[in-house]
Amino acid sequence: MSGPGATAAPGRAPAHPRRRRSATLLAAVPLLAFVGFFFGLPMLAVLIGAVTTTDPVAHTTTLTTQNLSRSVQGAYLDALESSVKLSAVTAALGVLLGTVLAQAVVASRWRGLRNLVVTASGVLANFGGVPLAFAFIATLGISGVVTQLLDLGSLGWSLYTPAGLAVVYLYFLIPLMVLVIAPALDGLRPQWREAAANCGATGRQFWRHVGLPVLAPSLLGGFVLLFGTAFAAYATAAAMVGSVLPLVTLQIADALSGNVLVGQEGVASALALDMVVVAIIVMAIYLPLQRRSARWLR
Amino acid sequence: MAAVKPNRWWHGLVLGVAGLYFGAPLVASLVFSIDIPGQGVTAQAYTGILDAPGFLDSLWLSLLLAASTIVLVLALTVPAMVAARLRPGRLGSVLEVVCTLPLVVPPIAFVAGIGSILRLGPDRLSETPLYQTFLAVQDERFPIALVLSYTILALPFVYRSLDAGLRTLDVVTLTEAARNCGASPWQVLRRVLLPNLRSSLASAAFLTLALVLGEYTIARILTFETFPVWIVKISGSEARLSVAVSLLSLLITWLLLLALSSAGTKTTTSEE
Repeated sequence: MSGPGATAAPGRAPAHPRRRRSATLLAAVPLLAFVGFFFGLPMLAVLIGAVTTTDPVAHTTTLTTQNLSRSVQGAYLDALESSVKLSAVTAALGVLLGTVLAQAVVASRWRGLRNLVVTASGVLANFGGVPLAFAFIATLGISGVVTQLLDLGSLGWSLYTPAGLAVVYLYFLIPLMVLVIAPALDGLRPQWREAAANCGATGRQFWRHVGLPVLAPSLLGGFVLLFGTAFAAYATAAAMVGSVLPLVTLQIADALSGNVLVGQEGVASALALDMVVVAIIVMAIYLPLQRRSARWLR
Repeated sequence: MAAVKPNRWWHGLVLGVAGLYFGAPLVASLVFSIDIPGQGVTAQAYTGILDAPGFLDSLWLSLLLAASTIVLVLALTVPAMVAARLRPGRLGSVLEVVCTLPLVVPPIAFVAGIGSILRLGPDRLSETPLYQTFLAVQDERFPIALVLSYTILALPFVYRSLDAGLRTLDVVTLTEAARNCGASPWQVLRRVLLPNLRSSLASAAFLTLALVLGEYTIARILTFETFPVWIVKISGSEARLSVAVSLLSLLITWLLLLALSSAGTKTTTSEE
């Protein structure tokens, strides 16, 4: 696929091909220039900041691997690890719970429900951040309503732990999974199920040999997408726990906020670069999987 | 589907638990914000919102930023995406990649880059006119730096809704018809294409609005007091107020977007 509308090309003969070409290209230039400048330059700055160091007195900049190696050592390595761990666990839970929820909705006879859940998911998945953090503090925080009601404090519950953070993250990860998996579940034709049943397959056998293999790319793709989202999340964690938990986003913010030692800016850039690398790996896995699952979903 | 009987109780249980999980924080927030232990129920937290120091200023700043971001992002994307439709070929896929790229980079990594560029300014360029520019984009009353960053963050969302809208139109035929009737390119855009794109322009604008009103990471790192930054700031001294404001802003954003997406589905089905 070379681009949208490519199929319409052969039948049409533009009156002034050359003039139109330059005019249409001109219309796209501002956008491309804008992204190149205001997205490209910051990314370049991250890259340069990660591999150089500037002497505060002499103002000389030299190439170094020190920032990058520091960013994968000690407390920073711990932060990176716990970010990856938290993201992996919440993504796995999100995939499981989101798929179960989506299946319950898709299989439901009530048409409106599906619309409602998918629409609400679109909203919940994208916009939470700070307000969501405070809603959860009011619910499950130290003096939160549910904490008090069920006396969770005496059971050892705390919102300000990785487990607590996972409960909050799932609030936007599950809806995200519903969005990803609902079309795939729709793609499982009832006929396949009937055919399997006619051949004497049990429900379990159907899922094992037909359902899950067809869903596999979508499930994996969903996991990767959820992982990326959880990994990049900052606002919710920052509003909830400040910088108590070792998470890579919180560490970057700390290093950037100025209350730092000299030379931390370089480490912040290096950590940011680490995150971009993880995100690129995530996308490199996600995009082919998405294309693959699209094959079944016509 | 007669052959397969779904287990109804199982679905009911899942939906019930999900409803509880997604509803509880909202209900609990409401209870938390109106029920003060020892004093009973009071709406103080809500009546006090308007008087809270910084509330109106930060909300106004966020709304101003949102409006400017919407104008800028649409001014950049609409002509480019229409052009990609008119000239089939590689431009379309280039735009798709360019507009999706910001999704790959976590906002905190993005702002690390912006931060180091903005820091370059005062230190190195104090002798040049560029210095004034660097100061201007960081003006506290209207930080242009935020508008520029938010435009980048909004691109993927705006691209997707405009792309969905353009998919339903035959831009080439519409344009050629209008051109044959003597319309200028500007008239084609304004009188023919934009009216047809109204619902996807509206959805792009609302998504951008919701995004900017909720954005915390970049504003916090660059130390501008936008609405979410203000909520976090007051939470230390006024927990109830911060929960009340959070609940309101969640509900308002969600209602807005829900109304928008249901309106969106309605118009597409009636057009079909």
